[in-house]
This record gives sequence, C-alpha cells and structure tokens, in this order.
Amino acid sequence: MNWLTDFFGDPAHWSGPDGIPARLLEHLAFSAAALLLAALIALPLGLWIGHTGRGAYFIVATVNVARAIPTLGLLVLFVLLLGTTTVWPVLIPLVALAAPPILVNTYEGVRGVDPDLRDAAYGMGLRGGQVLGRVLVPVALPLILLGLRLSAVQVVATTTVAAYAGLGGLGRFIIDGLATKDYASVAGGAVLVVLFALAVQLLFTLAQRTAVSPGVSRRQRVR
Amino acid sequence: MITFDRVTKRYPDGTVAVDDLSLEVPTGGITVFVGPSGCGKTTSLRMINRMIDPSEGRVLLDGVDVTTVDPPTLRRGIGYVIQQAGLFPHRKIVDNVATVPQLLGWDRRKARDRAMELLERVGLDTGLANRYPFQLSGGQQQRVGVARALAADPPVLLMDEPFSAVDPIVRASLQDELLRLQAELHKTIVFVTHDIDEAVKLGDRVAVLQVGGHLAQLDDPATLLARPADGFVREFLGRDRGIRRLSFVPGAGLGLRGDLTVPVSADVASARGTAEPWLAVVDPDGGPLGWAATAGLPESGTFEAVPLAPYGTFVRDRDSLRAALDAALLSPSGNAIAVDDSGRAEGVVTREVLDEALVLAAREASRVAGETRADEGPGEAGGAREAADGR
Ligand SMILES: Nc1ncnc2c1ncn2[C@@H]1O[C@H](COP(=O)(O)OP(=O)(O)OP(=O)(O)O)[C@@H](O)[C@H]1O
Ligand SMILES: [Mg+2]
Repeated sequence: MNWLTDFFGDPAHWSGPDGIPARLLEHLAFSAAALLLAALIALPLGLWIGHTGRGAYFIVATVNVARAIPTLGLLVLFVLLLGTTTVWPVLIPLVALAAPPILVNTYEGVRGVDPDLRDAAYGMGLRGGQVLGRVLVPVALPLILLGLRLSAVQVVATTTVAAYAGLGGLGRFIIDGLATKDYASVAGGAVLVVLFALAVQLLFTLAQRTAVSPGVSRRQRVR
Repeated sequence: MITFDRVTKRYPDGTVAVDDLSLEVPTGGITVFVGPSGCGKTTSLRMINRMIDPSEGRVLLDGVDVTTVDPPTLRRGIGYVIQQAGLFPHRKIVDNVATVPQLLGWDRRKARDRAMELLERVGLDTGLANRYPFQLSGGQQQRVGVARALAADPPVLLMDEPFSAVDPIVRASLQDELLRLQAELHKTIVFVTHDIDEAVKLGDRVAVLQVGGHLAQLDDPATLLARPADGFVREFLGRDRGIRRLSFVPGAGLGLRGDLTVPVSADVASARGTAEPWLAVVDPDGGPLGWAATAGLPESGTFEAVPLAPYGTFVRDRDSLRAALDAALLSPSGNAIAVDDSGRAEGVVTREVLDEALVLAAREASRVAGETRADEGPGEAGGAREAADGR
C-alpha cells in the first residue's frame, strides 16, 4: 500500500509533461479519439444494416475477426509498418478494438425492435428515414449505448499500450515503471487506469438515464 | 369507396394469399373481412394502404389506383389499427396520438389539442395522456391505437383484428365504442376479424373469405345468416344461426299491452277476477319489480306483500326481437317487459305477440332465401340442405 502513497504523495508526480494531469489528459485524448472514430464508422453502418437488413453477414464476419485479432499484435504490426512518428499505429488498433461492439450492438438493437412496431410506423405514413430516426433508434438506444460503453471501457484500458509505441497516456507509468523497477509507479498507473475506466462506466450509466425514454427503460415516473 | 378489381396476391414463395378478389367497400360503412386463419384477410387489407402491393389487378381508392400514390402520402390519409396496437413505447400517449398530425406538419399545439380531444372521444381519461404505453392496460392501449388512427381525421380506417388480444368483456365494450364513434364519424372502415360474432355485430356488410383467398360471400349480416351462399359459409357461421338472425329484426314494432302492469301500491282487490295469470308489478317511478301470479294473491293489502317472480326487460326502441325473446324467456309468464331508455316499463309484450313476430321473421328469412334460389336458377340445393341439416 505504501507504494501508492509513495506514488500519489510525491508532488513531482502532479506536474510537468510526465505528471499525472498531463498523462491523464493524453489518455483521455487518445481514448476519446479512438472511440469517436470507431463510433463514426460503426454507428451509421450498424444502423444501416439493422434497418435495411442488407449485409448482415458483415456483422458476423466482424465479430469473428474481432475475436481472433489481439490488439497488442495489431499494435506491434502497425508500429513496424508505420513507425512511431504519428499516433496512427496506436489509433488504428484502438479503433479496430472499439468498432465491433458498437457495430454489433447497434445492429442487434435495431434488428430486435418489435416487427409490429416497425409495421405500425410505416402504416402511419412515416418514411424509411423517419422510421429509423423517430422509432428504431429511440427504442434501440439502450443497446446502442451499451455498445458504446463496452467499447469505451475497453479502449480506456487498452490505451495503456500507447506507451509501448513511445506515446503518452497513463500506460507510461506502468511501462516506464517496469523498465526502471519503479513498482510504485506501476501500481499507481494501474490504479489510475482502473479509476478512469470506472469513471467512464459511470458516465455512460448517467447518459443512459438521461437519454433513454422512460417508456423504453420502463422506469416509472412519479407524477 | 374502395374497389378491389380482380386482385390477386402471390407471395414470392408461391403462396396465393388472395385469388382474383373483386369487391367494393362502400363509403361511410363498416365492411368486415372475416374468415379462417390464413385466408388472406390481412393481405387484402394491407393492399389498400400499400403495405403490400397486388401481383395482379388493382385496388382503387375513390377511383384512383393506390399504386400510383406514394405510400407514405397514401398512408397518412388512411387510419391503420393493428392487433397489438403498435404504440411507440418511447413516446407519451398524447404524442403517440399526435403522430400523424405532426407528420402532416400541424403545429405542436394544435396536434396536441387534437390528440387530447381524441383520447376523450375514444373513452379514455385524459389523465393518461402523459403516461407511456407500458403503463396502460391492453384495452386502453387499443383505444389509444384507435385514437391515433383517427387523429388526422382520415376518411378511411383499416383495422386488423384490433380487439382480438383483449378479454371478452373489454372486447365487447371496445366494439360498442367503435359503433358509437362510427355513428358520429361515418368513416369508411374495413375491419378484419376471424370472429364471426364480431363480424356480424360490427359489419354493415360482411365479406366471408375462404382459405386460398376466395370471396365466398358478401352480404349484410342478416342476409348472411339467413342465406349462407354455400356449405363453407354455413359451417363458418356456426350454430344458432336462426336465433342470431333475430338480432337484426327490430323489436320496435312489437305490440304492447298496457293493461298488464300494475303499480306496487295498488290494492290486490283491483286485480281479483282478472283472467290474466301474471301481472307485471312496477315501482312508483315505473321501474319493473317482478311478476305477480294472480292465482295466489292474498285476501287484502297492496302488491307490496305479494311475492314476485323474476322478469326480463328489453328496450323497445333500441333492442332486437332477439332481446325481446330473451326477456320473455327470463320470466315465468313467458312475457317480456318493454322499457324505455330510462328503464320505465312501457308495457308488456305477450307470448302470443312474440310468437307472431317469430313466425313473421321466419317467413321473411325463407322469403329472402327463396328469392335467391329463384335468382340463381335451378340446381341450387341450398334449401334442401337447410332442411336436411335441420338448421
Ligand atoms: N410475407 C409472406 N410470405 C409468404 N406467404 C405469406 C406472407 N404473408 C402471408 N402469407 C401467406 O398468405 C396467406 C394469407 O395470409 P394472411 O396473413 O393474409 O392471412 P389472414 O387471413 O390474415 O390470417 P390470420 O387470421 O391468421 O391473421 C397465408 O397462407 C400466409 O401463410
Ligand atoms: Mg391476419
């Protein structure tokens, strides 16, 4: 335990380009960028495939490939290919990690909407896009958010590998700590990553509460 | 008016769901499509609002081939109610009802006011307006479904087994509600059901469909019951056809006897010496209390002290001959008490009067059936089958 007090108690760790705030910010930036890119690709694709039913095989393929490829392997591959001058060797594996859960859950959410409900929506005279935007997405929202949350948590944990490529983030405390046998730094870094992941989890739970209609989550409102 | 002009629907797998259907749905009436499961009712209905397009033939709405109209535009002008209501779970009841007005670009306020008005119209407490669908019972959801379909005041309403998922009591009240609404609104309604009793109760005209998508018969309910076109329809109509037909014979014409009612405050002496075996005793407001047997009257006093036998009533202006007969069967006297809308006894319909009315009704039924035989020429054995199977 005194490793932790050593680490967090040292004022030197709270300032400068390799201090906790700076590393935290780097970590946040990497994670957010990866999640954003993944969402930009996977959300529209999942919505489109779920809505039209076209290209569903793509979902299955994605899931299988995603399960088979280790993120670390991908990272090493991209570092070898692209060098370490840019963030892409790190960002690409992270996006590849984050996209599948978003894609699959979005697809499942939209596909899983009660066919009678779709039918009623079309029967009322909604156009295809309106059915998607006004009915399918709000009803599928819990699953869509679940996909985003799973991805976000994974990305936050895995952004630690950015350190391998010589980039920043909380991983630096762990990697550098291991290299210099500074175990206080290793433990401190690990704790920070865990806390960060928990914070993300909390954030999405709150988002879920505010964004999902009580009629869908079936939360009874007291009136 | 909706016209099916030689419409056939063949699904990609080869199933012929509707086969060469031609019929007309007149404006301002309820036309019911009824038939066993899989006979093509839903398919036929959905070809009207282009949820399905015909393989052959045309569906015309007021003379316009529906396939020439862009589906969303067409559908916004046609109310659509389905079995499971299909309410949007994420939207409040009032917003559900306002869906089509909003699509049509009404302003929010106006759409909302209209939605509230409709909730009331379909018999819902407007306090439910801010709930979500999951907070409503099945029957309430179904009412919301009807309100939503009516929101933009479309001239045509399509209803696909809208009441079949609720219990019989709720179903009956939803049916009554629909008839009440229709009396005010005069929509052109196509109603799909597999329940012949519902069809006969609601329909101005009933189309009986047969598996394979054939139209077996299209008639008003009374004619349908009196004269099924063939064995399939007869079987589908089921038992008690004769009795059920009486529902369409009005009770208003039945002759009344005013001398068979007696106020409960009257002296029993006033009834002594009458030849009538039973008198209907009424309270001071004219409400029936029961039947008094004139044979067992006490020596003196009023009818207060006389034991009364059970009775049945029917509303003369509104109810059918069937209701009158039912009322008579509930009384030991075999007579029915006719009441007005407020429940006051208007008089008594005796067994003899009922008997005469039944004979007339039976004659009328066989006259209708006979005419058809003549129309359809020789070789129609419907009458003989009727006699043979004893119905
Ligand atoms: N999309 C489809 N593809 C292939 N066959 C279909 C399709 N929809 C319906 N059918 C078939 O067409 C026939 C008529 O179906 P339809 O749904 O119109 O019947 P229905 O009279 O409404 O029956 P129910 O009372 O059970 O609702 C049935 O044999 C059904 O299996
Ligand atoms: Mg059906």
